Amino acid sequence: MQSAINVLQWLLPFEWMQYHFMQNALLGVIMVCPLFGLMGTMVVNNRMAFFSDAIGHSALTGIALGVLLGMRDPLGAMIAFSILLALGISLIKQSARSSPDTIIGVFSSTAVALGIVILSRGGGFARYANFLIGDLLSIQQREILLLLGLLAAVLIFWLFFFNGLLMVSINSTLARSRGARVQALEIAFGLLLALVVTVCIQWVGILIISSLLVLPAAAARNLASNMRQYHVWSLLIALVSGVSGLILSYYWDTASGATIVLCAAVVFFLTVLGRSLQRG
Amino acid sequence: MTEELRKDYNHRQACGLCCTTIEELSVVRGKNVILDHVNLHIHCGELTALIGPNGAGKSTLLKAILGDISHSGRLSYLNAIGGDSVKPIIGYVPQQLEFDPGSPLCVLDLFAATRRRRPVWLGIGQRMRRHATHQLARVQAEHLLNRRLGDLSGGELQRVLLALALDPMPDLLLLDEPVSGVDGRGLELFYDLVSDLRTQNDLSIILISHDLGLVARYADRVVFLNQSIRLVGTPYVVFNDPEVIKTFGLISLEGVPPRPEPVAQKIEWGDEHAKRH
Repeated sequence: MQSAINVLQWLLPFEWMQYHFMQNALLGVIMVCPLFGLMGTMVVNNRMAFFSDAIGHSALTGIALGVLLGMRDPLGAMIAFSILLALGISLIKQSARSSPDTIIGVFSSTAVALGIVILSRGGGFARYANFLIGDLLSIQQREILLLLGLLAAVLIFWLFFFNGLLMVSINSTLARSRGARVQALEIAFGLLLALVVTVCIQWVGILIISSLLVLPAAAARNLASNMRQYHVWSLLIALVSGVSGLILSYYWDTASGATIVLCAAVVFFLTVLGRSLQRG
Repeated sequence: MTEELRKDYNHRQACGLCCTTIEELSVVRGKNVILDHVNLHIHCGELTALIGPNGAGKSTLLKAILGDISHSGRLSYLNAIGGDSVKPIIGYVPQQLEFDPGSPLCVLDLFAATRRRRPVWLGIGQRMRRHATHQLARVQAEHLLNRRLGDLSGGELQRVLLALALDPMPDLLLLDEPVSGVDGRGLELFYDLVSDLRTQNDLSIILISHDLGLVARYADRVVFLNQSIRLVGTPYVVFNDPEVIKTFGLISLEGVPPRPEPVAQKIEWGDEHAKRH
């Protein structure tokens, strides 16, 4: 990892690169952003922005459960709860008649309310406010390794299952006629998404995590005309907004997650503008 | 169409021996019986049209055949060689592809995603590109290769989906009202293509359509479905049936030959099946 930091220091010879927390944060951004850029393409295609939002919000309940169980690091409880929730939503969505929006909304509101009730007992909610905003600068080296593992897992999933996932996102009956295992693919993607969102919440923040998933892919859509371009643009936009957002947050002394999302939003509106100029 | 293409096109002539059998197929959702003991026997080289009022269960039947909806009863496919039940290749053209028109998905992506293991986001090789062009040429759509799906007209999209359903050449082709929202010329082109397919390839076609004039002209057999199978016969027979006329009104049968068929009947296919194999 030290050699990666050396390369970054050579590439970015700025004053802030001397600080360990900035070095780690930069490495973290370089892991998190491609992860979100990649997953985001399918989140947007499958209209799962609301789903990822719900998973993010439900992290509050995960934290609350962790606290009740007396865990010092609630990540385990958060992951377990989000996976349970993702599984529940997917299974009920497949059998129920209500629209997916309603089902996700019901689950998400219940989970958020439950989390807040437990955490606010005795008036101590402020202690957990950092989960709402996230703190990228607190990222540790072992957590960067965890992110690297997660990135590798998503890449492997994307290598083997992307074509099937793409077919399912176009039309599930059509996908079935081509032999795709529709339900298994949908559930696997939902679980992977839940895992990625939950792990990253402590650095990105509950409030903005789904924006970071959606914005790069949404901007990439305005530029791409096939799947390869879609991925290239989404990754590039995620990475550029991530790095520039982190640097800006250092100089502005602002929350880094939100600054990154703001950068991605600027890119998105630029692509919209570019597109309408091109058409007009 | 080039000679080379024509050769590939003809690689399997209709043999009239393989068949798809649907036995006692029922679909129940909650307390509603959507399909009630459907029995149907479909031979290759035939275009079978499925007609019926709205909510008769036509699309449900196709989805049950695809395995997209749970059902009771038995579905089997027998090929000409072994006669044993094998898993057929099924081609499917959906009613209306409800997809996101803003999606950066081009026609080539669609072919590569269904035909290749290599994920399409890594790019698509020259061989796949040639293969897809070749497949699209069948439906006169090779110029659409790099176009985004959202930019295609209704008729273009349906032709692309037909080409996709024919790659690889299926044993059974299911068309669920494939031409809703397609203009007149596109409609004729589509039906001519489908009509040619059944004579030049070894496949059976099931077509759902509300355009009964076209059904009368192109179908070999018409199945009148309303929860259960009410009538099976040639277009001439079915469209002269009082119940069909009551449901749909009179259909012009001008130019439709009164093809001889024993009697239109609620068919017990078991016996005939035994005879053929």
